[in-house]
Amino acid sequence: MHVHRFERLWFGASLVLIVAFIGTIIYGAVGPGIAMVDDSGGTVEPSVIADGEYEQADNFREPGVYDTEDGVDVYVVARQYFFQPGTSEPIRVPAGEEISFHVTSPDVTHGFNLAGTNVNTMVIPGQVAEFSVTFEETGEHGIVCHEYCGDGHHTMEGQVVVVEQSEFEGGEN
Amino acid sequence: MATEHGSETGFETEQEFVETEDGTRRRLAFVDRFPEAARTARICLWIAFAAFGVGALFGLIQALHRTNTLRIISSADYYTILTGHGVLLALVFTTFGIAGLFHWANTRSLGVSPTSRRLTQGWLWTMSIGTLLAAGTIVAGLFDWIPASADVLYTFYAPLEAHPLFYVGAALLIVGSWGAGLDWFLQYREWRSHNPDARIPLQSFMVMTTMLMWYLSSAGVAIEVVFFLIPWSLGLISQVDPLLTRTLFWYFGHPVVYFWLLPAYVVWYTVLPKLSGGRLFSDPLARVTFVLFLLLSTPVGFHHQYTDPGIASGYKLVAMTNTMFLLLPSLLTLFTVVASMEHGARQQGSTGRLAWLKDLPWERPEFSGIALAGIMFAAGGFSGMINAGMNINYLIHNTLWVPGHFHLTVGTAYALTLMAIAYWLVPQLTGKRLQFRGLAAVQPFVWFVGMVLMSNAMHRGGLAGIPRRTAEPQYDMVSFDAVVGTVGEMRLQIAIGGTLLFVGAVMFLAVMFGTWALGKPNSRLRVNGTIPEPLSGPEESPRVLDNLKLWTAIAIMLVLLAYGIPLYDMVADGLLSPGSVPFPE
Repeated sequence: MHVHRFERLWFGASLVLIVAFIGTIIYGAVGPGIAMVDDSGGTVEPSVIADGEYEQADNFREPGVYDTEDGVDVYVVARQYFFQPGTSEPIRVPAGEEISFHVTSPDVTHGFNLAGTNVNTMVIPGQVAEFSVTFEETGEHGIVCHEYCGDGHHTMEGQVVVVEQSEFEGGEN
Repeated sequence: MATEHGSETGFETEQEFVETEDGTRRRLAFVDRFPEAARTARICLWIAFAAFGVGALFGLIQALHRTNTLRIISSADYYTILTGHGVLLALVFTTFGIAGLFHWANTRSLGVSPTSRRLTQGWLWTMSIGTLLAAGTIVAGLFDWIPASADVLYTFYAPLEAHPLFYVGAALLIVGSWGAGLDWFLQYREWRSHNPDARIPLQSFMVMTTMLMWYLSSAGVAIEVVFFLIPWSLGLISQVDPLLTRTLFWYFGHPVVYFWLLPAYVVWYTVLPKLSGGRLFSDPLARVTFVLFLLLSTPVGFHHQYTDPGIASGYKLVAMTNTMFLLLPSLLTLFTVVASMEHGARQQGSTGRLAWLKDLPWERPEFSGIALAGIMFAAGGFSGMINAGMNINYLIHNTLWVPGHFHLTVGTAYALTLMAIAYWLVPQLTGKRLQFRGLAAVQPFVWFVGMVLMSNAMHRGGLAGIPRRTAEPQYDMVSFDAVVGTVGEMRLQIAIGGTLLFVGAVMFLAVMFGTWALGKPNSRLRVNGTIPEPLSGPEESPRVLDNLKLWTAIAIMLVLLAYGIPLYDMVADGLLSPGSVPFPE
């Protein structure tokens, strides 16, 4: 098959570009250690969350911020149309420490995004989204539900407040 | 009717003429050679344009509402309008536009009429009834006294529930499109029986590879709708697994963008070179491109689910790799499009390294529309590479960046190409001269400017974290810090850009309506449908390229590799669990 010299050059350059892209992503995973949201959070029946029977859930706890020996755990329920915690009171976490978020939904699909950052996950009924974040600086981050969840979707927001370690008070273990 | 055809390629070699009303001669147009097929293509295009008009109006309402420029609807109704915008433009305008274009392309390149009038009518009616049901249920959501609604957006993620007729309508639209594909394959079989040894004509090859990809991928959404969502919305099953159903959606949801895009590619490869004054650079590379799309379009859907819980990172990595390799056929297309345009300009006597660009026929809307669509698609391709980047995607997932991206792809690469080709094709399908040609000449530039304003602001808004799919991206506890520019300036650009896009849509529809209403049938046309032979013909490529069975088998294998285990994982803990009941309850 006859392929023009310029076409061959272009073909080769395209392949180099593609391999380079894949390389940057692999580097992002193993270098800076950017992890994907995956199946590590486990599953939970949406009805269990809806009924508030958290003691029956293997992969979820009563919503709140927990200070454990391994770090800080934050359990969030995203529901029509608020984050619990997050909306009526902010999620308070310490700076400089690894925070594990666990987010699920008892009703429809929601989103959980700290605006302008890469803290971003889908919240799917039946699944617990688990991911870790370390906030280097104190300050406030707005939480946006970024997936349409019903006609009050645009009112669904919340806040994470990052405080100094000395000011942090976690819930019971 | 005898047709003069290149023996191997489907490129006409001789010209035929007919007498026009005023006694002069004109070149035989498609409508003269295949009146029945021309009628079918016309019906498809009129329905597509009607959906486009309504969808564009909805888009204007959204652009003004979101930016708080003008709010004529409640924010609850915004989501009804948004659902209508997505479904009418991304499903109806596309599917009918593609059906019209493919019906023309397949018939033209094979030189064979569709084989069964009943089949043609069957798929046309199926698609039309499906559209009416789906669109009707959506619009019913605006009226409180109609007990039906479908405020579920274009992705209809369970457990948000629509009226059952919405799902039935969506299913009929897709099943109808399968019938259209069958129509084109039967045409090919008819042609093959008379041409046992010839290479598949290029346009027909493109139509068939696209449809094979479409069969393979739309099976996912068909299973989702028919086996899960319809029984669930009727109350026959009490719950569905939200992760499984959205995975089935995205199994279809990415290849569908290639279903939108490949018809534009058909035009870019086969018509644009001629409009530039030259001929296609390479037929074999065009075939390679379409084969690559058949192979790689489907096993990539997880890249829409990078931020989904419940899916292991490894599956996401496989999808990411496949997605990146999908860049290859698009990069090859970029080469061919630019090379063909340059070749065309040089054939017309242009010189200079870049001076040939200004000698292209920018005053002709069929050319300028396609060329501008190609430029915008290149920009959309770059933002798509960011979307595909598994980790960088976390910064922009479900932000305004994403609609900024796909308004360049489906919203321009497809939409503007279809409008541009309509300026060229509709006269050939009707025998009427294009009316309001001055309006048509300006229209692609209006669309281009509107999209530059809207899309750049949406991309930057996404980087600031402004979400998509929301009526009021104005919050009490959340502030958005723009990386470049200000949020207020972005809103202004979105409002102005959205308005210009609506004006562009109205201009296009005015030209089409004017041509239909004012054009005289059997006129002398300014355009002709002959397509010159490529510089490198198919005879220079291996015959295995035409082995559609082989490529389909490999495509299925790749899908099984990418989806087999993840789907098994999701189903292993119960087909319907963890499960959700419908909302609103």
